[in-house]
Amino acid sequence: MTDLLAIGTRKGLWLARSDDGRRTWTLDGPHLLAQEVAAVSVDTRRSSPRVLAGIQYGHWGPTVMWSDDLGGTWNENDHGAIRFPEDTGAALARVWQLRPDSPDRPDVVWAGAEPHSLWRSTDGGSSFDLVRGLHDHPHRSTWQPGGGGGAVHTVLPDPGSDRVTIAMSTGGVYVSDDGGERWEPRNKGITVVFGPDPLPEYGQCVHKVAVDAAGPDRLYAQNHFGVFRSDDAGVSWSSIADGLPADFGFPVVSSPHTSGTAWVIPLVADMQRVPPGGRLRVHRTRDAGATWTELGEGLPDGNWSAVMRDAFCADDHQQTGLYFGTRDGCVYASADEGDTFTLVADHLPDVLAVRAARLA
Amino acid sequence: MTVQVLLPGVLATLAGGDKHVHVEPAGTTLGDVLDALASEHPMLGRRIRDETGQVRRFVNVYVDGDDARFNGGLATPVRDGAEVQVLPSVAGG
Repeated sequence: MTDLLAIGTRKGLWLARSDDGRRTWTLDGPHLLAQEVAAVSVDTRRSSPRVLAGIQYGHWGPTVMWSDDLGGTWNENDHGAIRFPEDTGAALARVWQLRPDSPDRPDVVWAGAEPHSLWRSTDGGSSFDLVRGLHDHPHRSTWQPGGGGGAVHTVLPDPGSDRVTIAMSTGGVYVSDDGGERWEPRNKGITVVFGPDPLPEYGQCVHKVAVDAAGPDRLYAQNHFGVFRSDDAGVSWSSIADGLPADFGFPVVSSPHTSGTAWVIPLVADMQRVPPGGRLRVHRTRDAGATWTELGEGLPDGNWSAVMRDAFCADDHQQTGLYFGTRDGCVYASADEGDTFTLVADHLPDVLAVRAARLA
Repeated sequence: MTVQVLLPGVLATLAGGDKHVHVEPAGTTLGDVLDALASEHPMLGRRIRDETGQVRRFVNVYVDGDDARFNGGLATPVRDGAEVQVLPSVAGG
């Protein structure tokens, strides 16, 4: 059994491997050197695991690439895997999310992109179709770009139904219950600090959403100020930020096995995107946000970096492994649900995305 | 007519390794030249232009030595035997 960690950075992709139960890691790379890798995924549903990367060739534009031999060779669609239809008048700016669907839908891969758009592939990610239901939504023209650009950055297909939950900056949370044809905003209770109405129907800058292990109705959201939970598939949200040192941050990760368990990495504020006091720490809840515990063994003090929305992930071991990378190029791993961390890599370019997978 | 397209090394690999590519455009504008290039080498074509047809922000295209951005963009006239050069602009980090 090998554990694989794909690390997307501003200047390439690295693959870390552990063959000893996540105790030690070896680093392989760079792959795709000098290309920004803002989205990465490892699709283990295939006979050979497929590494998918949303890349930006500096001067030459964005696209999706994939490798079926763990980075030995890379492929891309001649005409571009993601290509806005001519009638939209839009051009792909960045791929923000690549999300394989469930094993029951083995060739379906979702992508979130900038400008605000959702894409669906039925061939494992080598080509995608624009999800027109979202593109044609009457709210779309009012979704504004955040500092990083206006994008669909979170895609959560429900393995048990046709529900798809997405999150956008800005725009907020939207849900489709029919596979993407019709969409409705679900942001009630999520606050806004950058507009006159603190509780609009939509337009929130939700940074990341995670699904609880108990099922698709319980969600966690790290917002642009505020950490929230929904127990009704996003219809309403309540603050769960009490007990955190700050309620700003980008990622939120949930346990794949234990309901009520989730992790965040707080930053001071939007104007101070650094860990409080320079102490890089993960905070864990075991009770769906009622209380939080600071976790820091193995993590540095005197750290003034930040963790981006996709640069934090969990694996699917029974005892969950956690992985995150910082903008100062360090990657940390925990094999014990965050109790202790070890350094996997340092001196990499800014880490933008990490994804873990178990390989047979 | 025939036009010679000069490519930087990083793009030449997408045209079979040749830094000098001859194309026969259907019309007499830079857009026609880039269309012909993309038709033969689609991956190369989308390195230079996005799916709306616009030349990417950090790509410079010169027609007989003049920057096409200041000479009509994709509508820049191209003569038979012209030299079209593609270069990455100053950018990065």
